[in-house]
Amino acid sequence: MSAGTLRIALVGNPNCGKTALFNQLTGARQKVANYAGVTVERKEGRFTAPSGRVLQILDLPGTYSFDAVSPDEQITRNVLEGNYPGEEAPELIVCVADATNLRLHLRFVLEVKRLGRPVVLALNMMDTARRRGIHIDVEQLQQRLGLPVVETIAVKRGGARALIERVDSEVPVAAPAQPDDAESRAGLHVQVREILAATVNMPRQTAALDDALDRWALHPVFGLAILAVVMFMVFQAVYSFGKPMSDAIGDGFDWLGAHLAIWLPAGPIQGLLKDGICTGLGTVLGFLPEILVLFFFILTLEETGYLPRAAFLLDRMMLSVGLTGRSFIPLLSSFACAIPGIMGTRSIQDPRDRLTTILVAPLMTCSARLPVYALLIGAFIPMHRVMGIFNLQGLVLFALYVAGILGAMAVGWVIKRMRRDQSEHALLMELPSYRLPQPRDVVIGLYERGAIFLKRLTGVILALTVIMWAISTFPSAPAGATGPAIDYSIAGYLGRGLQYIFAPLGFNWQISLSLIPAFAARETAVAALATVYAVGGNAEAGGLAHALTANFSLPSALSLLVWFAFAPQCMSTLAVIRRETNSWRNVAISFSYMFVVAYAASLITYQVARFFL
Amino acid sequence: MRLSDLPKGASAVVERVEDAHPNDPIAQRLRDLGFVTGENVRLVARGPIGKDPLLIQIGSTRFALRRSEAERVSVTVQEKVA
Repeated sequence: MSAGTLRIALVGNPNCGKTALFNQLTGARQKVANYAGVTVERKEGRFTAPSGRVLQILDLPGTYSFDAVSPDEQITRNVLEGNYPGEEAPELIVCVADATNLRLHLRFVLEVKRLGRPVVLALNMMDTARRRGIHIDVEQLQQRLGLPVVETIAVKRGGARALIERVDSEVPVAAPAQPDDAESRAGLHVQVREILAATVNMPRQTAALDDALDRWALHPVFGLAILAVVMFMVFQAVYSFGKPMSDAIGDGFDWLGAHLAIWLPAGPIQGLLKDGICTGLGTVLGFLPEILVLFFFILTLEETGYLPRAAFLLDRMMLSVGLTGRSFIPLLSSFACAIPGIMGTRSIQDPRDRLTTILVAPLMTCSARLPVYALLIGAFIPMHRVMGIFNLQGLVLFALYVAGILGAMAVGWVIKRMRRDQSEHALLMELPSYRLPQPRDVVIGLYERGAIFLKRLTGVILALTVIMWAISTFPSAPAGATGPAIDYSIAGYLGRGLQYIFAPLGFNWQISLSLIPAFAARETAVAALATVYAVGGNAEAGGLAHALTANFSLPSALSLLVWFAFAPQCMSTLAVIRRETNSWRNVAISFSYMFVVAYAASLITYQVARFFL
Repeated sequence: MRLSDLPKGASAVVERVEDAHPNDPIAQRLRDLGFVTGENVRLVARGPIGKDPLLIQIGSTRFALRRSEAERVSVTVQEKVA
């Protein structure tokens, strides 16, 4: 064959090993983006075949049928038919099917064939099929389907050789296109049954290992216990590997900022670089280790097939508050940080369930709230023992976590009542066979997540950080001023302006002011309070706590704690909501509902506390 | 009998999938996934809370269906094979 480019589309049922095959073919030469206007991922890769021809491969979303239910499936169908705007029709379709699950997958192969385009069938996971004693008469299958059939093992080096040779030779002749109507669709199952009877010999319907593992993993008691242990380990890992790395990155940028301050003369340039750029980059990059650690586990669990099992166990519970079993993992991740949590909602195919999950995710108590909680609780809540065993400070912290969870449940419930679309959305989730995770697939997945985060968010967050820096710096304090410089800045005026809004919550102007930088990153509220109370840049937490107790009351402190539990922060989260839902409207909804909830909750807390204390 | 009423571990043969309302996309999806007349199904497991969702094996595939989804499928119970 002559050199040139051949556009190939890779399609198949979910869990057919299509992405593993795509990774095997293209390695790291992939481009991940979104289809225009939607948040469905578009993955393209290329490699050069032995003939010198460049094969350009598009990995389409996994699809059960062309009777499209989800946006993913609509895109797959439109791209294959050449109807997707801005997307050229593929010259060759490679349909991937799991050799151990042909009863389900062959039906889709037949649907693809009816499009009337050149198709090659890749029988994947042939190694597992052989191990399970499944015999497939490939020659016969090829004849009955009227398509070239090749065997592949996506997880083995060289396992795609036959496929590469086939697509590198002549493009097969397409079968004539057939109409797609309900009657002929119903006939597909009959055809599948006939083909299977003639070509496949299966000693056993399922893998014995799957049955054995599922007896434990899905057991009403042991299953939940196993899930609790798995989640506990993931959470521990995020804190013990991710958090120190995040902190180290933050410290690194602080150090860099401090050194810049030595080299550069004091002034706006130094301020911009030190407090704007370094702090901003520190904030953005600081999220990265936690995101990577979390996604390492999510990808590994997804690869092994455990994630859908977790969703199975928790579906009923999540459904009662308007979510789905699949929401659980993203919400749990949000306890570390809402950003990876919201990015993790990509595993929820149903757009309505996904949006609800995104909206409630920021209510989970993320790790950035802890410094604020620690400061306020340490300063205002006495170290009482309650009922001999509980520590009052610990109880307050626990109550704040519970408040977040109850808040999320309430919001989920309200969204469920309020949404226009009250129709039943299906779970209909396949529980795939257990598999050993492939390091290559996990690494490529991690790389993609990291790259998406850095490429798409750095700009937004950095810009916002610089704006934050500018409004808290300019105009600078007049000569002979006695208060801290921030007092005279735009932020200072804003803070005093905000005080009119926040006075009913018991916030003085210093607190109101600190809420502005807290919008950039919650933990900076502590630093901002230290600045306005002029305790000095490196104030010991003890000194600041002392200043706080001297300056405001216990009801104010409780009110502020409640505010932080619900408030619309931080702007990185809002930026990621914008990115993941592709809509400013969702950002506005999420900001305003959290503002209202936080305001109401703080108002009640302050007024009630003032009455009793 | 409804698929949702099947006891745990029992096998049955699908009679048909009924639309809960006209143009029911969930019923259509069930048919696409292989819930068609004559297919063997087995109830493998049930969720820990309210025995919901149900894990149904059809062919070599296991699907988690909520009760309300499984109610659309009518089945005939088979003699339990040991």
